[in-house]
Amino acid sequence: MFELCIPYVKCISSQALFAQLLLGLINGAFYAVLSLGLAVIFGMLNVINFAHGAQYMMGAFFAWMLLKWAGINFWLALIISPIIVGLLAVLIEKIFLKRLYDYDHLYGLLVTFGLALIIEGLFRQQFGSSGQPYDSPLPGGTNLGFMFLPTYRAFAVIASLVVCLATWLVIEKTKLGSYLRAATENQTLVRAFGIDVPRMMTLTYAFGAALAGFAGVLAAPIQNVNPLMGSYLIVVVFAVVVIGGMGSIMGSIVTGFALGLIEGLTKVFYPQASNAVIFIIMAIVLLARPAGLFGQTK
Amino acid sequence: MKPMHLVAGIAVLAVLLLLPQFVYPVFLMKVLCFALFACAFNLLIGYVGLLSFGHAAYFGGGAYIAAHMIKVGTVYVPFVGTIAFPPVTPEIGILLGTVFAGLLGLVFGWLAIRRQGIYFAMITLALAEMFFLFCVQAPFTHNEDGIQAIPRTPLFGVIDTTNETALYYIVLVIFLIGFGIVYRTIHSPFGQVLKAIRENEPRAISLGYNVDRYKLLAFVISCTLAGLAGATKSFVFRLASLTDVTWQMSGEVVLMTLLGGIGTIFGPIVGAGIIVSMQNYLATLGEWVLVIQGIIFVACVMLFRRGVVGEVREYFRRRRAASASEARSNAQSADAQSEKKAAPVA
Repeated sequence: MFELCIPYVKCISSQALFAQLLLGLINGAFYAVLSLGLAVIFGMLNVINFAHGAQYMMGAFFAWMLLKWAGINFWLALIISPIIVGLLAVLIEKIFLKRLYDYDHLYGLLVTFGLALIIEGLFRQQFGSSGQPYDSPLPGGTNLGFMFLPTYRAFAVIASLVVCLATWLVIEKTKLGSYLRAATENQTLVRAFGIDVPRMMTLTYAFGAALAGFAGVLAAPIQNVNPLMGSYLIVVVFAVVVIGGMGSIMGSIVTGFALGLIEGLTKVFYPQASNAVIFIIMAIVLLARPAGLFGQTK
Repeated sequence: MKPMHLVAGIAVLAVLLLLPQFVYPVFLMKVLCFALFACAFNLLIGYVGLLSFGHAAYFGGGAYIAAHMIKVGTVYVPFVGTIAFPPVTPEIGILLGTVFAGLLGLVFGWLAIRRQGIYFAMITLALAEMFFLFCVQAPFTHNEDGIQAIPRTPLFGVIDTTNETALYYIVLVIFLIGFGIVYRTIHSPFGQVLKAIRENEPRAISLGYNVDRYKLLAFVISCTLAGLAGATKSFVFRLASLTDVTWQMSGEVVLMTLLGGIGTIFGPIVGAGIIVSMQNYLATLGEWVLVIQGIIFVACVMLFRRGVVGEVREYFRRRRAASASEARSNAQSADAQSEKKAAPVA
């Protein structure tokens, strides 16, 4: 145990500092997975998916339902729940988004906003606004000397990191990823090569939504599962996306984790501003680099 | 002024003047406040093509400042200290709320106009969320309770505001002033430049217009009027609360405008009327209101993007076009017949 002091601000124990940093890292992991999903969807479909928060919430709720009603444990739910969210997303894309590609991009934002209201309203009607507890599948933890590390939280960070890197690998290093990047650049040309771009768009949307669902399942044992969990997060993730710029996959992953850590640090040293710090950083980035840290101006 | 607008305007005004005889004035005042809010929002999306997803910040900001000044008055300024003021009269309170919203719009707009399209929407949303967090923590907003029981002190110190019918006419005057400003802005040379920016921004730039300055001014006008709507609302309902600054409120004004018709003069008023009545009559349904609003949202985007007023206008335009082409084809066939008659002679 040791103490860390910043002159004129305050002294804090290493225990408190690292606990907050871990919390920040976990939030950062969720920001990274969610902004990654938004970036992938936006790159391909030119749609800002306002339903992303609702899909995150659904991921958590499906995991809770699977456990409660079918007795399916967390590890299976971690796979099944994102798949259900993804299948619902296929429906959303085929019924709504597909018909709007020819119009202004803002309509995509508006229709997903409407869908988010519907989904959130239905869950609130069914489950109320109070949370449902979800027991941690990995209770306990290890004492590292300078801090106590709960096993599940460490798992959550590593799992999100693995998913983020896997997504990056698929998009940057595989044939499928190269089709995807090509279609993002020039759809007409890729279609001329005989690649089924409309289906790729459907799958991209489903994949992005499934990522949100995955983050939701990971969040379930950490937070209470509640219908409002996505609606606050989505606004923060929008700010993360503006800061990082949606140009690069790696950019959104790095920005997500970094902002989570910064938020955690702020919580230690100046808790009043901890909620607002990401928005303040967004304002500064807009002044200095309007296209975002990793973005290109189009 | 276009003759169509003049006729419609007189009709609407006559209805608005007579309506409190038939309908509960408090409900009408709510409609008017939200109609002004939606008109202010429509100025941006309909005539500059900017979708602000954070207009609740200006609406709620105006509401909070007006409520505080009318009820308490005393102001705490950071680094300066507390400045004791007596509570102000309503018109000054509303004015201060409006000015505050305009200044907030100036700062936020200055940041947000650096990006376009979808990014602009996300940035305005995030900035509004920052303001929401400020309102949660600032002591003068009283967090969850909000500023309650704002006194209905006399307007200008003389005009009684406790009578609801009298108050309705005061709100109507405020609404008409705000609406007049929107109307004049749209139909001025400045408004023409805004439309040019909406249609083709690079072209407007190449013509030498300082596009960012035009956008910022339009944004500030819109925010100021949103603040006026919020300030009036807080005085009428004697309440300014966190609900006014949430992003759900921002979504609501988007919905009103979309439903009434984006880029139409009277659309936002119709949209506000429909949504406020819906909330009134369906209030007992609880969370279902949210679901129904979502369904209306999706239905508007998927099925009638022009909105109610936009669709009506389109119907008349089509009918006029149809009758015009009919007249033309009649004239043509008459010509053809006369040619046929003329032919043998030649």
